[in-house]
Amino acid sequence: MDAEAAKFIGAGLAAVGLGLAALGVGNVFAQFLASALRNPSAADSQQGRLFIGFAAAELLGLLAFVVAMILLFVA
Amino acid sequence: MAAESGKIDPMHQFMIEPVFGHQWNVAGFNLAFTNSALWMVITLVAFWVFMLGGLKRELVPGRWQAAVEGFTGFISNMMAQNIGPEGKKFVPYVFSLFMFILISNLMGMMPVGLIPGLHAFTVTSHFTVTGVLAIISFAIVLIVGFGRHGFHFFSLFVPHGTPVVMIPLLFVVELMSFLVRPFSLALRLFVAMTAGHILMKVLAGFVINGMNAGAVYGAIVSLPSFVLMIGITVLELLVCAIQAYVFALLTSLYLNDAVNLH
Repeated sequence: MDAEAAKFIGAGLAAVGLGLAALGVGNVFAQFLASALRNPSAADSQQGRLFIGFAAAELLGLLAFVVAMILLFVA
Repeated sequence: MAAESGKIDPMHQFMIEPVFGHQWNVAGFNLAFTNSALWMVITLVAFWVFMLGGLKRELVPGRWQAAVEGFTGFISNMMAQNIGPEGKKFVPYVFSLFMFILISNLMGMMPVGLIPGLHAFTVTSHFTVTGVLAIISFAIVLIVGFGRHGFHFFSLFVPHGTPVVMIPLLFVVELMSFLVRPFSLALRLFVAMTAGHILMKVLAGFVINGMNAGAVYGAIVSLPSFVLMIGITVLELLVCAIQAYVFALLTSLYLNDAVNLH
């Protein structure tokens, strides 16, 4: 296998990480919604924490995108 | 671009090209006025127009003033919640940061490409721009932290109630997580914008290439892609707002660390 093909396969594998980040982000919002429906009066005050969790989960997925971009354009 | 060649080149939209002043060379650096600079100026003008239209200080706010007060109130509420009464000092900085990111994100989504010869450029889709914004935030955190607490600021890296045995290890871990903050802050905004715009260009390429390939391909490829693209555009508008909010929120949290030391 030549190096060019290996790059594309690596970038494709890196894209799997984005799907895993989707699980994480979905989990953050699902848990928030589940608990917000149990106690709606406490939900609004926790919105900041919701977005911190979302940002953390999303960042780790975006790193997978960066890996793919590095493989395609830099390496 | 994809209309003639039939090839999709989603990275072309991020090219920085000089608009004028190709030969402005100062000490070996080319200071040409690029499309990135042009769109920053457009963002600033939009910001100024928006703010100046709303700063009327009327007792009963009109629609415009209510919109501006909605934004300022949103940010000052966030600062009061996250930092407390001392957060008031940082409201101007975080508000400017939030509005600059929000407006430049939205400006990149504007359909100015419909006018021939014009291309929307997303300022925040470049790591240099978001990196500088993140470095400014991080520098303010460091200056405020060391200015207020001196070397006591390092106690930020040792959480309360840590067993003595664990202190060296935890110090290193917390220091690493502190130092990676500006990087993660810049990377999040940059990648979210870049990825969204690449996705939209790829879908646009599907639509145009499908239509060029004939009526059957137009029906089975272009139409679903176009419908999907409308949905993705709405999603991207949401992402624009969320990324600006997350940047401002994380900046306020980091400032809280510097002001209140846990």
